Amino acid sequence: MLVQILFYAFSAMLIASAFGVITARNPVHSALCLVLSFFTSAALWLLIEAEFLAIVLVLVYVGAVMVLFLFVVMMLDINVEEVRKGFTRYAWLGWLTVLAIVFEILGVVAVRRLGIDATQAPRPLASDYSNTGALGEVLYTRYVYPFELAAVLLLVAIVAAIVLTMRHRKGLKVQDIGKQVATRAQDRVRVLKIPAEKRE
Amino acid sequence: MITLQHMLVLSGLLFALSVAGMFINRKNVILLLMCIELLLLSANFNFVAFSRYLGNIEGQVFVFFILTVAAAESAIGLAILVVLFRERRTINVEELSSLKG
Repeated sequence: MLVQILFYAFSAMLIASAFGVITARNPVHSALCLVLSFFTSAALWLLIEAEFLAIVLVLVYVGAVMVLFLFVVMMLDINVEEVRKGFTRYAWLGWLTVLAIVFEILGVVAVRRLGIDATQAPRPLASDYSNTGALGEVLYTRYVYPFELAAVLLLVAIVAAIVLTMRHRKGLKVQDIGKQVATRAQDRVRVLKIPAEKRE
Repeated sequence: MITLQHMLVLSGLLFALSVAGMFINRKNVILLLMCIELLLLSANFNFVAFSRYLGNIEGQVFVFFILTVAAAESAIGLAILVVLFRERRTINVEELSSLKG
């Protein structure tokens, strides 16, 4: 009963914050609403006992990705009014799409049973079951190559993001190591022969 | 008791809201990226729910990979956005049509 109340409370909060993301006037408010929706999603995943992913969602999304979003939103000087112009022009199409998608999904979920009994609670887990352990056992044995590929993908993302945003400004005083190493003494020091003057 | 149907309806609503967000905020690239994040979240909801209710952990492995790809995507997307804003001083999608020919 308590779980059900929590589920409905978190679901309502999730839907409300998603609504806030798409309708907020200010992009900063949108980003903060998105943070709230990630938090409530993590809580919902905890309710159906996917603990590891819930924590990862909070750490990775709220801790890293959303901070990045907030940085960019605050760094760019966006003219909100200009971007907001024509807000309602295609809104009816958007809401029509929403109705269609909700109708279709409700139809699928209500009519088809998806080969499993969708109206039952999940099987209870053993008391010493560890979600993280179970995930790790699969991830480091059967899915070890995809795991390595994911690491390579992240490396590519790092390199791409740095290369994209690197800026070469003219007239900047920087060290050129190669030039420094290749230099010779005669380029820098000029030895002059000055004859000594006779004393009067 | 939370059933599979509860989770599927919730993720369906979330998916529909994020698609509506793409229609409504079609000019603002940042909000489009945020809507994509919401959309991936609703897909992840389905994966987690099915993995739990079928007793099969591999759905959660897949969510793990989706999270990785989404993080990489948003990092590169925001980098492109910053470069774009530096060049054009705008993030309005309608003014970014120089590839139209």
